[in-house]
Formats: sequence, structure tokens, C-alpha cells
Amino acid sequence: MAIDLNTADPEALRRRLALRDDPVQRYRRLVEIRAAEERIREFHASGQAWGTTHCADGQEAVAVGLAAAAPPTDLFWVAHRVHAIGLALGCTLESVFAENLGRTTGSVGGIGGSFHLTDVGVGLIHSFTIIGTQIAQALGGAFASQVLDSDRVTVAVFGDGATNIGVFHEALNLASLWKAPVVFVLENNHYAEFTHVDAVSTVTPLARRADSYGIPWQVVDGQDVEAVTSATTSALEHARGGAGPTLLEMSTYRYLGHSRSDPAAYRPEGEAEVWHERDPIKVEAARLRALNVVSDADLSAIDESVANEIAAAADAAFSAPKPPLSAMFTNVWAPEPAP
Amino acid sequence: MVLKTYRQAINEALVGEMRRDADVILMGEDVAGGAGGSGEDDAWGGPLGVTRGLLSEFGSDRVLDTPISEAGFIGAAIGAAAAGLRPVVDLMFNDFVGVCFDQVVNQAAKFRYMFGGQDQVPLTIRTMIGAGLNISSQHSQSLYPVFSYFAGLKVLVPSSPYDAKGLLTSAIRDNDPVIFCEHKLLYDMVEDVPDENYSIPFGEANLLREGQDVTIVALSRMVHVATEAAAVLAREGIEADLLDPRTTTPLDTESILDSVEATGRLVIVDEAGPRCGMASDIAALVAEDGFGHLRAPIVKVTPPHVPIPAAPNLEAMYIPDVARVVEAVRRVVAY
Repeated sequence: MAIDLNTADPEALRRRLALRDDPVQRYRRLVEIRAAEERIREFHASGQAWGTTHCADGQEAVAVGLAAAAPPTDLFWVAHRVHAIGLALGCTLESVFAENLGRTTGSVGGIGGSFHLTDVGVGLIHSFTIIGTQIAQALGGAFASQVLDSDRVTVAVFGDGATNIGVFHEALNLASLWKAPVVFVLENNHYAEFTHVDAVSTVTPLARRADSYGIPWQVVDGQDVEAVTSATTSALEHARGGAGPTLLEMSTYRYLGHSRSDPAAYRPEGEAEVWHERDPIKVEAARLRALNVVSDADLSAIDESVANEIAAAADAAFSAPKPPLSAMFTNVWAPEPAP
Repeated sequence: MVLKTYRQAINEALVGEMRRDADVILMGEDVAGGAGGSGEDDAWGGPLGVTRGLLSEFGSDRVLDTPISEAGFIGAAIGAAAAGLRPVVDLMFNDFVGVCFDQVVNQAAKFRYMFGGQDQVPLTIRTMIGAGLNISSQHSQSLYPVFSYFAGLKVLVPSSPYDAKGLLTSAIRDNDPVIFCEHKLLYDMVEDVPDENYSIPFGEANLLREGQDVTIVALSRMVHVATEAAAVLAREGIEADLLDPRTTTPLDTESILDSVEATGRLVIVDEAGPRCGMASDIAALVAEDGFGHLRAPIVKVTPPHVPIPAAPNLEAMYIPDVARVVEAVRRVVAY
């Protein structure tokens, strides 16, 4: 079995653990994710990256809060809007940039592209682009913990759109039945691709659907990294203690369109502005300032050091080679024949 | 060796691997024999009794009856495999893959590749194929060509108890997802089968009969139809090489091409349909790489391109039979 912290990239693991006890590091990661996605959009706008890209601007607190709450041995099966959660879990900037740029040093060697990242060393199993499938896989990972008598908890992260697909309901029923150590994280950014959540479901809040399966649920302020961290910590403890699954609905907002080709013209005027007032970076900066943990100068220094890191990581990603032809034929099959 | 049925052979492979490796678990609808009732434990063991007795030996932690949620429990088994278990899942009838196709072909098949080799899916999906029980179009198909389309899936079509036990043992020990196709008309077939588990490597065709006049490639239950046909033909002086590929992915292309090189003629007998099937796949292989050796056109003996009827007289005409194989071989030999 490949999942072994000893195989983790030490830098990724350091980045992951940095979030655990330090609110300033959590703030810094919010800033880093925002800036990294901006850089990724520049790759695309300038024709240096290919395919599509899905950014999570506005949703950074969910990603960072989840990563701060979970030990790196817990496993995350997440959705396609993955740069944020990937960077939060510890993926290095270079590995995320390089994957977007189709380079060998990318998270999966350029095979996945912008929306497929894996770093099992820090618990990111993968990001899934068929909506909702990872909910079942996460359940299975949790079931494995039960059979293997492991205290590892599994986390499924998915959007509001995924609550309408069958596998969400099948997996919640099974998770409840098996009392599986899994946390279902419903990241409600209010739009499934271009369609508002209210146009496709009548149940509010969406998390109430967990009642059908006897699973406890909670709606969490997804703009507040500390609220996300705290709710996730409780849900993970609940699962680890053998009490079964929880569904957390993180209420948040996607500032941009679904993917790089979407200007989000379907949104009512003024809607995004309301959410911008509770921007996760602003919320956390205000808290740290109020607590006098940081000064304005400290915040500026963070911005500057993040910008430098991003520039260096982008340079490194650009200088990495493109995958050779042999990469296309690698990892299709198990390397050795059955014993 | 002791005479055992195909059903027993599969059951023994499961028992042997579950004893050998605590990470092997079994999951599916009714595999534990009907959970939750107050009557007899282990009353069934799958709809055709293949997993009977496993619940009592391994307990309900390792032999799980699931709800009718193929996407949910196959999806979960894939996740469990990626997290360290070695699940064997029962997708009762292969026709049911329609409700969990994404899980099988987009998820299980592609994880190793898309995860950059950082994880794997050591999963076996057991499933029933084949017509002959008069149960119509949604419980009788042979979909191994569909599975074989997808790189990342290994696909096994055992035609005998001996092969079933050896191939299932290999499947469970393999580190890739494997689709193990059990032909439902073969469950009562008997053969000498060793008591202990043994593995049969994938991608090695079984040469069941040697002859210089024609190559017959047959799959799953069609191996037995072809065997009978070859005996009829031998009485006419036509000697056939009879090859059972046993696994459609990986496919033993070398044995097929070598045989055609020697005989110059090819007849493929397949219970899967005539379009985009194993018969057309093997025909294309030989047309591309063995054309120079052919002395006659390749003939495919398959069902017609129609859904499967339940009426016994129609179903009997749907499934390739000995007479059609004999006629096809006579035609290529006389060409």
C-alpha cells in the first residue's frame, strides 16, 4: 500500500504541519492560495498552460481550515476545484504550477492537468472531476480503517452540485449503516457550474439531506478559517472516536466563474460584492490584528514573501522538462506481475 | 485431485485467499446469504450460491451484504482498495454495470495512472455473464469486450473449474482492478481441481486441441461449443487448433498469431455481440498482423446484433451452437 508518511515530500509535510498550531501560518496560506490561483490564471491567459482551470477564489478558508484540523495521516478525496485544498494540504507551489503547465515535476507528472492533483504523502489521494464519485471512495477508505483497525479518518470534499447525484445518497446511507469514520464536507459555493443551488434543490440548508440517513450535520461559516478548523476538528474527533460520519456544510462563495471560460454573467449584480465584504483573507486579517498577533507591517511582509515564493516556484516549474513519451505508458498497470 | 464444480472452484479460491490474507474482504448484494432476517444464516451466498459458507467462517466484518447501491458499494470498494484492503466485490449480473459504469471504468481503471502511480486499486469484481437461462436482455449479456476497452482493467473469462480457481486466485493477488466474468451456465461443470489455491498467469492462452487445418479461438462457455464442433470436424478429417485466451486483457496475441501462421485459417467463436466485440477485435488483430498467413477470410461466429430474447426457442437460436461453428469451419476450409 502506497500511503505512508515516510514517503511524503518533507517540504510538503512541513507545509502541512505548519498550519496546525499557528494562526499566522493559516493566514499566510490563505494569501498564498489567492496569489497562486491568480498566477495560474496568468499561465492560461498567456497561453503557457493548456486545458481548463477551476479557481477557488473566495473559498480559501474552507481549504485551509480543513487542512489545519486534520493530521496528515487522514485521507482527503476532493473535488476538481483543487488548487486551494491541494496547497492547503501541503502540495508545494511548484508541484501545483508544474501540473498546470504539464511538466514532469507536477503533482502527477503532467498526466492530470489543472484539476487532477495527488500527494498521498500529505493525505491528498486525488481530486475528482466526475461529480460526486469521491464521496463513495472516501467512504471506502473509512471502511478500510475499520477493517484494518486504524484510527485514520477519511474526508470527502464535494460541492453543492454533488448532493444531487446518486452516489452521494448511496454513500451516505452506507456510511451511516457502517458507522464509518468519514467526514462529508459539502462546500456550498452556491453555484453548480452556472446554475444557482436554489434552482436545483428545494431543501435548505442542503446539509439537512443528511437527516434522511441519520447522519448529524452542521452549517459552518466557510468564510472564517477558524470556524472551519473548529467544526472540522470536532467532526474528525467524532469519527475517530467511533461515533460515525458527520456532514459539514461550509457556506462559501465562488468569486469567479466555474472555469476560466466563464465570466459568470448569470449572477445578479451586487451578489459577489456582499460576499467580498466577508472575504476570508480580510476576516482573518481583522482577527489577527484585533488580537494584536500581527502588525500591518507583518501583513505586508507576508504578502511580499508570498509573492517571492510564487515567482520562484513558477520559475522552477517553467524550467522543468515536459514529460517524455514513456510517461504516457507508465502507471497503466501494476509494475510487477501477481505473485 | 477431486472433481469439483465451477461454483465450488470459485468458492474455494475465495476461501483460500481470505484465509491467506486478512485484507481480503467480500462485499455485494446477498453475498452473505440474506442479512437481517431471523431465519437461517448463510441461506444463499449470492443468487446462485457461489459464496455460501463464507459468512460462517469469516464473519460479517469480512463478508458484507450491501444495499442495492452498486455505485455506492463498488465506489466504496475502490476507495477501500486504495486505502489498503483487497476487496472482492460481487456485481451480480454484469448487465448491472450500467448503474456503476463510472466507478468501474473512470475510477477503478484509471486511479493508478491518474494518481501518478502513487496509489493502486487491488480490486476484484466478480460478475455473471452469458445467456441460456431465458432471462432476457438485461440479465444475459456478455460484456467483457466493453470492459476490455478500458486500459487499466484486467478481464478474465474462465471456461472451466480449473481455470476459474487459478484465475480468481491470481485476480485477488493482483494489484490492478480485475473483472472476473463467471458464465452462469458453467456453475455445474465438473473437473479435477486441486484443493490448495494455485495461480494461473494472465495473458496465456490455453491450447485445448492441436490441428493444422484451422485455428478456432473461443471464449468462456463458447470453448465447450467449439470443443464439440472440433470433435465433429475431426471425424470429417478437419483438424483444428483450439485456443482459449482465458483473459481478454491482457490478450495472448502471440499464441493466436502463431496458430494462424501455422493453419492459415481463423474462426472466432464468441458469445458477445458481433460489433466492437472480442471476435471483431481478434479478427482485426489477425487482419493487421497475420494477413500474409491467411488462406481464407476470417469468420466470426457470434450472436446477431440484437438484444437477447427470453423465449427458449429464440434464445437457443441467438447463442452460437455447434452446428454454426462446424459450418463456419467447413466454409473456411473449402474456401
